[in-house]
Amino acid sequence: MGILDFLKRKPEASANVAKERLRIIVAQERSTRGAPDYLPLMRNELLEVIKKYVQVDIDAISINLEHDSGHEVLELSVALPDGKPAAG
Amino acid sequence: MTAQIIVVTSGKGGVGKTTTSASLATGLAIAGKKVAVIDFDVGLRNLDLIMGCERRVVYDFVNVVHGEATLKQSLIKDKRHENLYVLAASQTRDKDALTQEGVEKVLDGLSAEGFDYVVCDSPAGIEKGAHLAMYFADHAVVVVNPEVSSVRDSDRILGLLASKTRRAERGEGAITQHLLLTRYNPTRVAAGEMLSVKDVEEILGISVVGVIPESENVLAASNAGVPVILDENSMAGQAYSDTVARILGEERPLRFTEVTKKGFFQRVFGS
Repeated sequence: MGILDFLKRKPEASANVAKERLRIIVAQERSTRGAPDYLPLMRNELLEVIKKYVQVDIDAISINLEHDSGHEVLELSVALPDGKPAAG
Repeated sequence: MTAQIIVVTSGKGGVGKTTTSASLATGLAIAGKKVAVIDFDVGLRNLDLIMGCERRVVYDFVNVVHGEATLKQSLIKDKRHENLYVLAASQTRDKDALTQEGVEKVLDGLSAEGFDYVVCDSPAGIEKGAHLAMYFADHAVVVVNPEVSSVRDSDRILGLLASKTRRAERGEGAITQHLLLTRYNPTRVAAGEMLSVKDVEEILGISVVGVIPESENVLAASNAGVPVILDENSMAGQAYSDTVARILGEERPLRFTEVTKKGFFQRVFGS
């Protein structure tokens, strides 16, 4: 640590951190907007089931509800961790 | 001719909805329109204070809805502009005092009285009062601060405006959405401490109709009960004037969004 440290680098601007966090949360909330209220609960229960077999994080599961010519499509995608086969 | 209904809303509280409602209504009146501004915050009446007419409230919005007073008796005529009227919120604690039918009746009554614009000052939150304030709107002014929780809440409100209004339900076309960024501090933006106009526009996917700089004149105006738009020397007042002009269709460049370098004389003698 020296007295010239303040010249070298600044901490990341907090506005950039705010922008990144907002970009992610807004996108996530938009994708589930207008979806039934049970969706977050169902997501958590599905996560519990999946966790019995594979160790995944809640962020690895995304649920999308789309309206496609008169019927609704519930799309569930799970990103599995690399190189870890499912536990028997 | 039916009145154009403008809701001023935000989701989050304390971002400047009532300040904006008062200045927007006053600005429209200055432009020669006949304007009524309604406080939808049942139980927490505040618009009357910001408009400076708190001692002249006799009957309120809920009285009209319940047929206890006529619209004419309840509308408070502004001291400064003869074509501007205030309808105060009720102080009742009964949150169900407003009904959709009741609100519709009042808005139809205002149309029949020849009003050009009705400005609806929404309560914070997304519950009944906020829902009723936005339901009949043709235009919305979404007030947002350059701050994470306010931006997130306004995205939620933009979603509700697109789906939970009468225009949306009837398929009459989307309501016009105007994003108004308030409490903006260009110095902090330049220092990387505050979201910029561009950041907020990018996150929400909608461009701003105005940017109101953070200003001590806003508090001074509310202290005095004079809408800040009437403080023509303040940056906030001028920014509100620009915003009203844009809402009326005029094109004006954004002002007060860059850091102003003080000139030599300003430095020496103060601003």
